[in-house]
Amino acid sequence: MSILVDRETKIICQGITGKAGAFHTAACLEYGTKFVGGVTPGKSGTQSEHGLPVFNTCHDAVAATGADVSMTFVPAAFAADAAMEAADAGCSLVVLITEGIPTLDMVRLREYFDQKGTLLIGPNCPGIITPGQCKVGIMPGYIHKPVEKGCRTVGIISRSGTLTYEAVWQCTTRNIAQSTCVGIGGDPVKGLNFIELLEMFESDEDTDAMIMIGEIGGTDEEDAAKYIERHVSKPVVAFIAGQTAPPGKRMGHAGAIISGGEGTAQSKVAALKDAGVTVADSPAGIGEAMASLL
Amino acid sequence: MKIHEYQARELLTDAGVPVPPSHVVQTPDAAMNAARQIGGRTVVKAQVFAGGRGKAGFVKLCESPEEVRSAAEFMLSNRMVSPQTGAEGIAVKRLLVAAAVDIESEYYVAVVVDRAKRCPVVMVSREGGVEIEVVAKENPGAIEKCWLHPHMGLLGFQTAHLITALGFTDKDQAKAAGKVLRGLVDVFYKYDCGLAEINPLIRTPEGEILAIDAKMNFDDNAVFRHKQLQEMFDPTEENPMELRAKDHNLSYIALDGNIGCLVNGAGLAMSTMDIIKLHGGEPANFLDVGGSVTAEEATEAFRIVLADEKVKGVLVNIFGGIAKCDTIAEALITAAKEVGFNVPVVVRLEGTNVERARELLKEANISQLIPAEDLTDAAAKVCANVA
Repeated sequence: MSILVDRETKIICQGITGKAGAFHTAACLEYGTKFVGGVTPGKSGTQSEHGLPVFNTCHDAVAATGADVSMTFVPAAFAADAAMEAADAGCSLVVLITEGIPTLDMVRLREYFDQKGTLLIGPNCPGIITPGQCKVGIMPGYIHKPVEKGCRTVGIISRSGTLTYEAVWQCTTRNIAQSTCVGIGGDPVKGLNFIELLEMFESDEDTDAMIMIGEIGGTDEEDAAKYIERHVSKPVVAFIAGQTAPPGKRMGHAGAIISGGEGTAQSKVAALKDAGVTVADSPAGIGEAMASLL
Repeated sequence: MKIHEYQARELLTDAGVPVPPSHVVQTPDAAMNAARQIGGRTVVKAQVFAGGRGKAGFVKLCESPEEVRSAAEFMLSNRMVSPQTGAEGIAVKRLLVAAAVDIESEYYVAVVVDRAKRCPVVMVSREGGVEIEVVAKENPGAIEKCWLHPHMGLLGFQTAHLITALGFTDKDQAKAAGKVLRGLVDVFYKYDCGLAEINPLIRTPEGEILAIDAKMNFDDNAVFRHKQLQEMFDPTEENPMELRAKDHNLSYIALDGNIGCLVNGAGLAMSTMDIIKLHGGEPANFLDVGGSVTAEEATEAFRIVLADEKVKGVLVNIFGGIAKCDTIAEALITAAKEVGFNVPVVVRLEGTNVERARELLKEANISQLIPAEDLTDAAAKVCANVA
């Protein structure tokens, strides 16, 4: 099992003829993912370089292919609109890779998605992967280890891209498989968050434990800690990036900022430890901490 | 993106929020003339982003135009040093000369994005004039909040609720406060603010409601759609290295330590700083080269890190996904040739094209380069080398 995506999931790429969209669609196809088409306004009737049909709109693409997930590579200024188009066309999940979307656009997008009941991953994220089955995003596929019999399995939720790869690699090299890995993104206003995904992993029978990778800014980790204390029975390992980050500075990610004394790594680590979560001190110790719990 | 107080006043005035009459000046003579024009007592305020102006002597209440002249002369010819500026201080280029008003009560009014609730929130307090963080900590009940609908903004009943919370019972004053609240929310939405704050909003003994000081910052992701904000941008208030990095699609933040960092990905860059600290070192910077970094950009990243004279060692930590390890290796080799490594450079590479990268580095045989096995090994080695 897995959460959200598997080998049956049918995916379209918004921005499939753009440089990034084309490159990553190719990598996802190579991984064995079921991409069924793409959207680029004005290019309807053509084929992408991967031999997939291209449509003018999401509505056309969904109607013709039956796709249920969209991977969105549309530039930041138009990305929120594109994601809402995918939601309106009937996609149940939109994976929004784009970085740099204005926060107020995301505020409006969330309102729209919540009304439609559409799920969102991202923005400013690497995407989601169910190893061995389905890769919807920009993560390197080969570092992941698919679920197999007799192998311990974790689900991973992370606000960071490359730090997730780090954690995945530490698991893979310790023979710990991953059911699904979700990069929820580094923006202040986003889609699926720790709590919703912890809930999904808690009820996924193939997931033995969870890793959550947080960072400074906001209170998502503190909120997740409260949730874990009450509702999560599986072991959880956490790491919080930014212990040494100065307050008031945006550390690369739009959401990674300590402001008004809120969002410090210390507060997050304390809340998670109080909730019984094993918090790794070092980014190099995430896999080892997980191994010792399984 | 931040703007100056005088610019924030302009945006507020445009939105119908009343502020005391003021002028922006750049010379002591102009300051004196401004004070004469305004008449009566005036206040001179240095226009810099850093806080702590009052304590540093860069906000001054003056009785006469002559006093304004000498205050302006002092501020324009001395560097302002405050806890937020560092020991070297900052030069002041512009001053705001504003009418000084009598204050009966001070209030706090602000709009920010509530991340957890995913919408803007208006916060008000009767305890104005002090830092809101202090109020939030010591007397959280003194802050009243209203969350805004993404499309409908501030609703009538919310405005009424906030006016009551601020304690305005007089009809005219309540009306004036409502205008301030609506104006501030309008500015917030119109310009994609991250923060729009009036602190303090004041009431004069005559019952006039005025914004005395305003602070605003804007969502960097949205500046592209606001020409007016682009024109307000003041590059002299930014760290020149951080600006240079931005021009090359690099995300760089200068810090106080002596170990330079060059990493791909913001989360990994932050945790590389953390692991350096864990091994007893101090990071000199945050540097995320990004996902799709080119060899030219990565070479520039080395130049920026090595240009910092405090740097006694460098840690390169790359987990190649989209960014390829061999691209970084090529940049390392170019940088070693062009800039020269006068400090040890510890390199930890993992992920896409790592074998090719290792071969390239081996062939290049760079003297100051120290390969590391993994992240822990890398941190230990770089800390040992600068100790």
